[in-house]
Amino acid sequence: MGEEATLPITVEFSGGLELLFSKQKTHKVQIPASDPSGKPANVGFLVGWLCDNLMVDKRKDMFVMDGTVRNGILVLINDADWELEGEDEYVLEKGDNILFVSTLHGG
Amino acid sequence: MQSQEPAALQLRIQELEAELAALRASAQEASGDIVTSAEAREEQKESNENLPLLLDEYRRYGRQMIMPEIGFDGQLRLKRAKVLIVGAGGLGSPAAAYIAGAGVGTIGIIDHDTVEHSNLHRQIIHSTSKVGMSKVESAITYLKDLNPNPTYIPHVQALTSANALPILTPYDLILDCTDHPSLRYLISDTAIILNKPIVSASALRTDGQLIVLNDPPGSGPCYRCIWPNPPPASTVTSCGEGGILGPVVGVMGVLQALEAIKLLSRPAPPEQKTTSMTIFSAFPQMAFRTLKMRGRRKACVACGEPADAKDKITKEAMEKGLIDHIAFCGTSAPVGLLKPEERVDVREYMKVRDEGKEHTLLDVRDETQFGICKLEGSLNIPYSEFESLALAEDTASKIPESLQSILAKGLPEAPIYVLCRLGNDSQHVTKQLKDAGVAGGRVFDIKGGISEWAKSGVSGPFPQY
Repeated sequence: MGEEATLPITVEFSGGLELLFSKQKTHKVQIPASDPSGKPANVGFLVGWLCDNLMVDKRKDMFVMDGTVRNGILVLINDADWELEGEDEYVLEKGDNILFVSTLHGG
Repeated sequence: MQSQEPAALQLRIQELEAELAALRASAQEASGDIVTSAEAREEQKESNENLPLLLDEYRRYGRQMIMPEIGFDGQLRLKRAKVLIVGAGGLGSPAAAYIAGAGVGTIGIIDHDTVEHSNLHRQIIHSTSKVGMSKVESAITYLKDLNPNPTYIPHVQALTSANALPILTPYDLILDCTDHPSLRYLISDTAIILNKPIVSASALRTDGQLIVLNDPPGSGPCYRCIWPNPPPASTVTSCGEGGILGPVVGVMGVLQALEAIKLLSRPAPPEQKTTSMTIFSAFPQMAFRTLKMRGRRKACVACGEPADAKDKITKEAMEKGLIDHIAFCGTSAPVGLLKPEERVDVREYMKVRDEGKEHTLLDVRDETQFGICKLEGSLNIPYSEFESLALAEDTASKIPESLQSILAKGLPEAPIYVLCRLGNDSQHVTKQLKDAGVAGGRVFDIKGGISEWAKSGVSGPFPQY
């Protein structure tokens, strides 16, 4: 409804990233349906929105670097690599599941 | 050293038991134990009749051979296969055990490390009596006992850009059971040059990840297709730092063995395959999840055609030592924030305690570690609190309120000694407190942390973890 419209989506964190987000792996969030310029919210917008609204930890560079998710974090849109879906340009839809996975190296 | 005696005794008992077993065997032979020798003769005879497997192998692998997924031909393919397991740790241990158990014919294991006590909760092919032994030797001792039929090839060395090509060349499949991104890129680049598939897994804390790369060989994505750029070195956490639950890394190693057995027993690689990554989380509710991953990256510097042909990682470039995987991934520089006079060693700090000088001991380990062991009278404020406040605008807000209130109550000028696990975080906190002018600038870092406190034994026996 107008500029107040929001989009319900699920955001998940895995591989230790949840430590930056209140130690909680699954977050059901309502994000603005469009970005400040009026374009429909995409994953690029979501990343910034999460930094400003969901990330309590101040170490933003553990999540974003140079305006996008940092190297070593995979982004999955409904369980598919975001590179298959248009990366940060992917326009979010109601009920989407966006999973951020920090790559592990231990063994 | 009290522990040496039982260990030496244990060893002696093992030696005597082995001697006894050998004596029994020769006594049986001498007395012409009919059953044993007849069985042995029978086995010899049937094995000589050009059966593709030893009789022992029919018995041993029967339970998997009767499954159509494997079958007799699959078993023969396993026997002909050569697998290299890179890393005989938390992933490599269970992976090696299942791969050897399944009858893979040639199994190479490479690791430069020796067995430590801190390995044993998860690295299940090593045991207490093997502490100090090379992991490769320990692993092969265990595996030979589990299944004497495969050929085991020990590589007691680190895998490096200089030796990776010759070491990987004889094998059909590489299992990446390593613990650092630089090794993961090295294995991938080398396997791409040699056109071998990789089963790669990793684990940390309560999570694990698994992916089969370069499969089918020549068309599946490589490690660089999925991760073109390494993570910042400061974000890479090892199991030693972050912790690891044994069964979590165990599950991932077992899954690696499973993917290896599937890949090696199949008649031929599929023409096409979607690459997926399996992620495992033990908490809060146990979950496996299969993620659909991208295919090859056209411009991949390892398996594709980079825009600038000079960027391509070729065999020649590897051989000439032009590809430095360690530099590519970077290393976090040792923390050296403080001047020598701003730090004390554990003995100097022991003196402060012995002399009963008024001071605050600030332990900045997280509360979980603080719960394992602590020095009497220490105040625990986790490093994460300081880290978060370090970015605050004004000086006063850089100091946690809990510390401020304690300083206000006690002697605000009494010195503060800062302790962490290894002596890195404590340097950051020392600097932060000094910069904020706390305790009149009399803030000192305790070198080497509680780990050094324990190792040095200044206060007698103290837990090491």
